[in-house]
Amino acid sequence: MTWPAIRTILDGAVVTAALAAVSILLSLPLGLLVALLRWRRVPVVSGLLATFVSVVRATPFVTLVLFVYFILPSAGLELNPVPAAILALTLNTAAFSSEIWRSALQTFPLDQREAAMAFGMSEAGTFTRIVFPQIWRANLGPLVSEVTILLKCTPAVAVIGVVEITRAASRVGAETYEPLPPFLVATLIYTALIAAIVRGQRVVERRIARRFGSVSP
Amino acid sequence: MNGLLVVWESRDVFLLGAANTVSLVLGCLLFSIPLGILGAVVLMEASAPLRRLLAELIDLLRCVPFLLLAYVVYYGLPELGLRLDSWWAGLLSLTIYTTAYLAEIFRSAFFAVAKDNIEAAHAFGLSRSLLYRRIILPQVAITAAPMIGNQVITTIRDSALLMIITVQELTFAANFVSANHFTPFAPFAAAVGLYLLMSFVVEEGVRRMERVRKVRYG
Repeated sequence: MTWPAIRTILDGAVVTAALAAVSILLSLPLGLLVALLRWRRVPVVSGLLATFVSVVRATPFVTLVLFVYFILPSAGLELNPVPAAILALTLNTAAFSSEIWRSALQTFPLDQREAAMAFGMSEAGTFTRIVFPQIWRANLGPLVSEVTILLKCTPAVAVIGVVEITRAASRVGAETYEPLPPFLVATLIYTALIAAIVRGQRVVERRIARRFGSVSP
Repeated sequence: MNGLLVVWESRDVFLLGAANTVSLVLGCLLFSIPLGILGAVVLMEASAPLRRLLAELIDLLRCVPFLLLAYVVYYGLPELGLRLDSWWAGLLSLTIYTTAYLAEIFRSAFFAVAKDNIEAAHAFGLSRSLLYRRIILPQVAITAAPMIGNQVITTIRDSALLMIITVQELTFAANFVSANHFTPFAPFAAAVGLYLLMSFVVEEGVRRMERVRKVRYG
């Protein structure tokens, strides 16, 4: 493979990383919001969200990407591939991460919440000061797994024409008539990205363990 | 309404797509469940170097996006002199990928089998193969059912990516119908409905196993 070909794939890697970063920043808080609304049993809304979560969890990500990309224009929104890709990634990861947040909320010790209530803390204060700092630390592992799953989903957005790693690799393959080497390089980049995230998780976990004692499972 | 009519008229395409998805997933499980069990046994029993090699290989596979593995298998096999059509290349890549995850699931389920069970089996002089067949695997099948169910749903989801290497599965069918009739909503909604149906079937299977577990182990 020539240097420009490798450059093309590396440019794709920047797009993949940016897509993943934006979607993570949008989807993890959105997942938390979904979990909170379902946990509080807000009428109607929590039922709709439950349906949303089970539909997204059963739908393959490529199908979701195509769905979002082809449906939104018929609803009057002209959509470019990149926003469509971010929207699909965000919906997908919000649905999956909301289940992690929800089980964390459900298993949160009741006595701590009662103690906060006895001290006259407001509900919002209890959440931001007591509940949230503990649940994100305790669920760092599953949440980071969700992030690596999101990265592993990103090749699917190549179908709607976003030039990320996979699409860049298949372009190089089409130009050189040798598809295998670019895909091997692409695989290597994905592996490196995902391994870096998992390594980052270990570092953060060790810091948390040092500051707060061991992390509950 | 028009969209529904389009879906009904091209029901053959959808049924063929769904049949391809189901047959790919079932074919994959047929191979990857035994291979996953074998992998887990190797991870538990084999000598240290072999164990480490397999663990590294499984970790590596779990870092690779499925689509990339499918591409590498699809384009790599001809280089090795093996020409498979896209369905078989899809089945092969799905099997390799799912086996890595199942081996990990089975290994953690093996660990969860109570130690006294295994010690009692040793005390009764059970051979290693009897220990696995009579004591460990039946318990693992029941306790790991939810995780295996999740993995089956993941495999169904992954199988949709095979449309990109031109396997004519369900998402391929939806995309084909929507492109030919310029009505995106109904074809994709029909595909999503069929995927939901498949995952309900898997979840129902897991629920049945849960019931067995409750009856046997309380």
